[in-house]
Amino acid sequence: MHDAPSAKELIEAVKAFIDKTAAPQLTGHAAFHARVASNVLATVLREMEIRPVAEAAEQARLESLLGVSGESVESLNRRLCEEIRSDRMSLSTEGLLAHLKSTTIAQLSVDQPGYSGLRSAAR
Amino acid sequence: MGTNVEIEKPLSQWASAHFGAGAELKALKRLSGGASQETWAFEVVAGGVTHPLILRRAPGGVAAARSSEAVSLATEAALLGATTKAGVRVPEVLYVSAPGSALGEAFVMRRVAGETLGRKILRDEEFAVARTRLTRDCGEALAGIHAVPTDGLPELPRSLGEDQIAKYEAIYRGFDLPRPVFELAFSWLKANAPKPAKPVLVHGDFRLGNLIVDANGLGAVLDWELAHAGDPREDIAWVCVNSWRFGQSEKRVGGFGDLPEMLDAYAAAGGARFTPDEIDWWEILGSLKWGVMCMIMYSAYKTGADPSVERAAIGRRVSENEIDLINLFEGLRRHA
Repeated sequence: MHDAPSAKELIEAVKAFIDKTAAPQLTGHAAFHARVASNVLATVLREMEIRPVAEAAEQARLESLLGVSGESVESLNRRLCEEIRSDRMSLSTEGLLAHLKSTTIAQLSVDQPGYSGLRSAAR
Repeated sequence: MGTNVEIEKPLSQWASAHFGAGAELKALKRLSGGASQETWAFEVVAGGVTHPLILRRAPGGVAAARSSEAVSLATEAALLGATTKAGVRVPEVLYVSAPGSALGEAFVMRRVAGETLGRKILRDEEFAVARTRLTRDCGEALAGIHAVPTDGLPELPRSLGEDQIAKYEAIYRGFDLPRPVFELAFSWLKANAPKPAKPVLVHGDFRLGNLIVDANGLGAVLDWELAHAGDPREDIAWVCVNSWRFGQSEKRVGGFGDLPEMLDAYAAAGGARFTPDEIDWWEILGSLKWGVMCMIMYSAYKTGADPSVERAAIGRRVSENEIDLINLFEGLRRHA
């Protein structure tokens, strides 16, 4: 499969269309939703850039925390939830909060990089 | 949804009865707002005086099955009356319209001048003086609300901390979208639950956005739909949840104030004496609740109930509550 234009370029083109052409012609609810749509495309662009590396790191941390390998991130997260729910892991579990913090910082870097809580977490 | 035509006639009739013959209805306008409620702004001109008013009305005048915890409009009006008597700044109710009447289930209250948008209240120059008073105003308002005798009120839903954990955990599990941070929050809240307080009248959504602020401070407390019999610490913590600090995280109370100052004002106005660390548990519950509520809003997209891009996008705000929870847990560790 070719990559010209790439998915990234296509999304950037749609985002530019919304920002420069469509949104200025809209008012009221439609203008609001156009802004949201543009922000969503920005989220998708960040996700394409950040997710592969961040998710690989998350997987490595989960494997080490749970002592399990060869499973998907989703399946490892289900295991982690079960460990916490059954009280086998808690706030006092070594490395748990640090892992959750790293994962959430990566997630927010995609979802809402301007969120105030992200700045607080970095301090 | 109600139309102007449907509302104008019964509203004019009420205006004449209340303000006298010749009272003129003007500037009737549907305001944006909740899907569970119609909110209309209008004016009545009578004897040369203009009265700015608000109509709160069930959609189409007929109360649909509302979410289980929302109180009825009649109850909301009764709460405004009771809190006015207690000296809390709330809009004065002028009229309650019964279900089945021409106007339908609704009430009319005075429109209080001021701002509700959090970002403007926190940043605009015109609220500079208000910001220096708002922390104390909120402490006093909450003490007043929590002191309202509940035996004179319509029956309210009862929801203490453990009820809320059970409710939101059931919703969260129903989605089958496991999030380890929420899992940790549920477990920690259950393991560290404080002794339940004697239930008082709790506003249920006391935060910037639901408070009218004018140049001098707090003008009125709005949006009583989520009022219930509950723990007073719930209200105190809710205004502290970082989602309601609108970017000004360093000020724990709503992005404008410090918690010890609000707690002092609360106690001085007759409320119980709480310490900031007694509020931590409730703030963690508050952040978790708002996170689950964002999941609920996203589920409206996922199920097709609301296919808007806005509902889809809100699912990417759940992580905001996760970082808030992590910051709160780190704060507990530092103080431990």
